[in-house]
Amino acid sequence: MATTETAPGKHPGWFGHASGDTFGKIADAPIGFGHMKRKEDARFIRGLGNYMDDVRLPGMVHGALLRSPYAHARIVSIDTSAALAHPKVAAVVIAKDLETLGLAWMPTISYDTQAVLAGDKVRFHLQEVAFVIAVDAYAAQDALQLIDVEYEVLPAIVNCRKALDPDAPLIRDDKVGQTDNLASPTWEAGDKATCDRVFAEADTIVTRDIQHARCHPCPMETCGMVADMNPATGQLNIYNGNQAPHAHRTVYAQVAGLPEQNIRIMCNDIGGGFGNKVPVYPGYVCAIAGSIVAGAPVKWIEDRAENLATTGFARDYCNHSQMCAKNGRITGLRVDTIADHGAFDSTAQPTKFPAGFFHIVTGSYDLDGAHCQVKAVYTNKAPGGVAYRCSFRITEAVYLVERMVDALAMEMGVDPVELRMRSFIRPEQFPYETVTGWTYDSGDYHTAMKLAMEMADYEGLRREQQEKLAKGEIMGIGCAFFTEGVGAGPRRHMDILGLAMNDGAELRVHPSGKAVVSISAQTQGQGHETTFAQIVAEELGISPNDIMVRHGDTDKTPYGLGTYGSRSTPVSGGAVAVVSRKVRDKARQFAALMLETRAEDLAWEKGRWYVKGDPERGQTIERIAEYAYSATNLPDGLEGGLDANAVYDPPNLTYPFGAYIAVVDIDPGTGKVHMRRFIAVDDCGVRINPMVVEGQIHGGLVEGIGQALMEVLSFDEQGNCLNASFMDYLLPTALECPEHGFELGETVTPCPHHPIGAKGVGESPCVGSPPCIANAVIDGLFHAKGIRHMDIPMFPSRVWAAMNGNAQPIQ
Amino acid sequence: MQVSMTINGESYSHDIEPRLLLVHYIREYAELHGTHWGCDTSNCGICIVLMDDPNSADPPYPIKSCTMLAASAQGFNIITVEGMGNADGSLSSIQVAFHEMHALQCGFCTPGMMSTARWLIDTHPNPTQMTDHEIRDGISGNLCRCTGYDNIIKAIRWSAAYEAEHAGRS
Repeated sequence: MATTETAPGKHPGWFGHASGDTFGKIADAPIGFGHMKRKEDARFIRGLGNYMDDVRLPGMVHGALLRSPYAHARIVSIDTSAALAHPKVAAVVIAKDLETLGLAWMPTISYDTQAVLAGDKVRFHLQEVAFVIAVDAYAAQDALQLIDVEYEVLPAIVNCRKALDPDAPLIRDDKVGQTDNLASPTWEAGDKATCDRVFAEADTIVTRDIQHARCHPCPMETCGMVADMNPATGQLNIYNGNQAPHAHRTVYAQVAGLPEQNIRIMCNDIGGGFGNKVPVYPGYVCAIAGSIVAGAPVKWIEDRAENLATTGFARDYCNHSQMCAKNGRITGLRVDTIADHGAFDSTAQPTKFPAGFFHIVTGSYDLDGAHCQVKAVYTNKAPGGVAYRCSFRITEAVYLVERMVDALAMEMGVDPVELRMRSFIRPEQFPYETVTGWTYDSGDYHTAMKLAMEMADYEGLRREQQEKLAKGEIMGIGCAFFTEGVGAGPRRHMDILGLAMNDGAELRVHPSGKAVVSISAQTQGQGHETTFAQIVAEELGISPNDIMVRHGDTDKTPYGLGTYGSRSTPVSGGAVAVVSRKVRDKARQFAALMLETRAEDLAWEKGRWYVKGDPERGQTIERIAEYAYSATNLPDGLEGGLDANAVYDPPNLTYPFGAYIAVVDIDPGTGKVHMRRFIAVDDCGVRINPMVVEGQIHGGLVEGIGQALMEVLSFDEQGNCLNASFMDYLLPTALECPEHGFELGETVTPCPHHPIGAKGVGESPCVGSPPCIANAVIDGLFHAKGIRHMDIPMFPSRVWAAMNGNAQPIQ
Repeated sequence: MQVSMTINGESYSHDIEPRLLLVHYIREYAELHGTHWGCDTSNCGICIVLMDDPNSADPPYPIKSCTMLAASAQGFNIITVEGMGNADGSLSSIQVAFHEMHALQCGFCTPGMMSTARWLIDTHPNPTQMTDHEIRDGISGNLCRCTGYDNIIKAIRWSAAYEAEHAGRS
């Protein structure tokens, strides 16, 4: 591949240079898959991204939300007169104003309803109560202080186990027929009788209560919206950073009764999502209502406390679980879970899966029986339960099963990696039907596990651990093996609010041979503008630098359900591959005319059709495109132009997997966990752009470190959120990560049904790393102190308490 | 009150509220949107810009512009991401390095991160010999949720090496 000397600033073009793998050298972009620098970087490194808060419209005013100081309280009265008298205030909106617009309540993605502004009572700390619109953002904040709300405080419930006590206060008295705090009926997977039999025949059974702490995705950019309703035309333009613009548009059409064709959502650049930007939030509806009321564009951007305390949290699962073994192999799993959904059930999942994909909880093992049941409760905590960098509760499932395997290994006195190797699904068993109803597409778990052990020098680490123990030092080695099911999903099984989880793609190859591909996936930093161009490049032989990827604008892109659950490559990527092949097939017709032969006599090689048996006679895709638009006469039935549309319905999820090993050192005096090494072997099938894949893995691993060691949203007995700022809710910095970097490895087991053999990867590292790190810490504590369990997050005071025999569940 | 400062070599002067934060001055008055806001509590470093004291010989240093009043920047020279390129308008080594090493994904933390990186290289006695710990410590006031930091560290090394080879900032 050609390389040239480069220097910053010395070359023409948007980057001022081309790109390179090594210092001072550049490499051309691959025509297809391979390592390629990102196209989107050009604007970001110049500070020319266009994020939501960068949108400025003529006459734009600013909204701010008044929030409840109580977690559970009846609203006696709201007096907005002083706020309205503020010279810079344009309007104040409260629940009864929204009622007149029919917007007081909105549907959640779980078929519940959520108050846009609280009218009857508030049900969680910092719930939305009033929306102020003022000429600038500072004045809007000032006016919030002028609103007088009288509350009658009610007892609050913050513990999901107490939510079902007979004397527990009823949280959702707004729902007709609701007499308790159950948010959904108990949901089950797996055959209970078979599972009971497997347990009866087992020779070892281990039991654990495993609490999965409430945490938050924390994108660096908070949520917000600019809503611009044009009173003359009825056109509603929305600037918003959400992960599923087409689905959001449909929801707004339903909620506000607006004609869907009059709504246009534009998601420009998004400063991270991680599942937090999937739901529709009350602030969005307030901004839209505000724009209707004020007759001007309204910008509403939440602050960090609002983002942390009120928008989509993750996890908050209380699990009681048993795992059993027979003849040295894992045979069964039982799980009984209470899910804390907060005050409104807005947990993210496909309709038919009320506990998401939690029943993938049998993990990577060939079990004889499993049973899993989940009941969801309301509490006086913020709603959410979003898929934080995971495919709908798979993080919760993998955390549970991987903790249970370690607990079982501890009980059996066998090495945890050895127990996994004995119990894995074997390569020849794929496609593999799990006892809870999944069909894993492909895998080779043993090879990935062995590679991770080699990279880590697992045996050497175990020896080192013993040497350290003898010196009174605590070192832990943890393993986790995950299987994720990503790319939701097949329309016969999966929908959200009745919308099939498919994605569209539209490809236009212009007369010059350059192309635009429009997709329904919505990047939040994943690099779609580069990798989706590479898919077209691979299929058509056009340079990715000559392909523009268009996304984020509902007026300019085909319908689809967006980016979350690692579904971009599995679903939208499938659509792009399929649409490229449609274009290639159409190009064949033109090539046949150009070469004066029959289409079936042509063969394809990347970038050109040629005559079979005479490879010198061929036409490139560029020449074909030029011909397709030229004034040449075409035979009947063949339309000019070179473009196509596709909607991709995936036949199955894709099932990426990985073997992770973590090495930690624990300070015996303080309980501080030092993350020494992290080895991650990922198999996501075919890798479109290895650089982007590795970047995703790095990021997910750090988010996993945060969840395992640092992060929990805490509440006091009154339901106050105690850590709604980055002062108190700690995210990992560069110092909490392995000092010399992550150690990545890969195996490649292509997805058999995906057009390009790819599986999703964005969330794998965030799914695999929390149990891996937790297992490492517990492994260290077990060898040094005989401690058999503690819950995440494992920050120093909690580890210290566990070391001293006082491990506490988180609350 | 009237406040005047220089941002990226341009003079700005406005009548502002005394309580106006510097980040909002940069974004709303100077209309430079490359500087972002992230947390309000000085934790995330999204809003970091470089501040140059005209009365000091020290290199420009990173400040969290969400935790400084615009009024306090009176008379200072501020450098934001828009002013980070070379004098001829081309990209600086740090900008190139972040692209080369895939040190950004969503791009939201990137302006702050590159500002801190600039200061780290400018103030280290031997930038090409920075230890991993020194770089990690140096950027520990900047949060990034996408990259996992490894590639940011590589980018800082790339930039330091480039500048050493080309005798200083290009």
